[in-house]
Amino acid sequence: MMRFILPFIVFIVLSGFLYVGLNLDPREVPSPLIGKAAPAFNLPQLHDPAKTFSPQDMKGKVWLLNVWASWCVSCKEEHPVLLQLSRQNIVPIYGLDYKDKRVDAEMTLSGAGNPYTVTVSDTDGRIGIDYGVYGVPETYVIDKQGIIQYKQIGPVTHRSLNETILPLVAKLEKQP
Amino acid sequence: MKRLIVLLLCLIPLFVYAGEAKDLAADPVLEKRMIGLAEKLRCLVCQNESLASSHAELAEDLRREVREQMSKGMTDQQIMDYLVARYGDFVLYQPPVKSYTVLLWFGPFALLLAGVGVLIFQLRKRRQSVPEVELSAEAQQRASTLLNNEKDN
Repeated sequence: MMRFILPFIVFIVLSGFLYVGLNLDPREVPSPLIGKAAPAFNLPQLHDPAKTFSPQDMKGKVWLLNVWASWCVSCKEEHPVLLQLSRQNIVPIYGLDYKDKRVDAEMTLSGAGNPYTVTVSDTDGRIGIDYGVYGVPETYVIDKQGIIQYKQIGPVTHRSLNETILPLVAKLEKQP
Repeated sequence: MKRLIVLLLCLIPLFVYAGEAKDLAADPVLEKRMIGLAEKLRCLVCQNESLASSHAELAEDLRREVREQMSKGMTDQQIMDYLVARYGDFVLYQPPVKSYTVLLWFGPFALLLAGVGVLIFQLRKRRQSVPEVELSAEAQQRASTLLNNEKDN
């Protein structure tokens, strides 16, 4: 009897590991920034480079920071989702235009619609490095204290919005 | 005319250079140190390439960052800490020993020990299941007759 049970147990354990592995995404690297203060920056605004924007300005508000670029293909995928969210006025979306040309970015937004309250230009990608950006689009949920609470890697979908981001935003809104 | 065109076409490859990441700092010593460190770091875009060999734009930016920090006089460890703070332990090709990497570091040795254990257990069991039996005088006689017959043939 033993000679069947032992291999069977090994098989079950191995299948368990492989099954869990099926649902893991190796491209999703857990961010060490979660639970930490959003890195400071002071960058020129896309539509009005004379003005700047800093995360410091958002103290006391829950907001989303969406890293995007006109050359990014998956950003086009999430664009309608962001537009819809911005129309609902639940949470302000701020854009970080990552390693992009100003003209291209402006053209993208004027063509496809602009979901961002403000977009800032990170032309050489340095702020992107501070935020641990390695693939656009990426979206950060930042709370009233300026702490990063969640990072979405890859495009925001209706599903990730309804299941993760919006419930989190609602919870953070209740906090002081 | 045709020959000339062919000759000119043959010259084209002279202007094409292929090779490792192109950006070279003015200081070759610093560049060498940067490449040495970048080989220990993972490119996050193409995960099985090191930061030194990757052509991804992010890798180029990070190499620039490493180069600048080196020229500011930061140590390799400080630069690694800087990157880990942003990208996590994942940027290190050699992950640190932590509670959740114990299995990664010591799992193979545990498996080896388990294997040796099973082997020893099985060998002992086999020895027990084939007991050494003293031959009776009669059997000894038969055996030597058989062996001798073999020799005669």
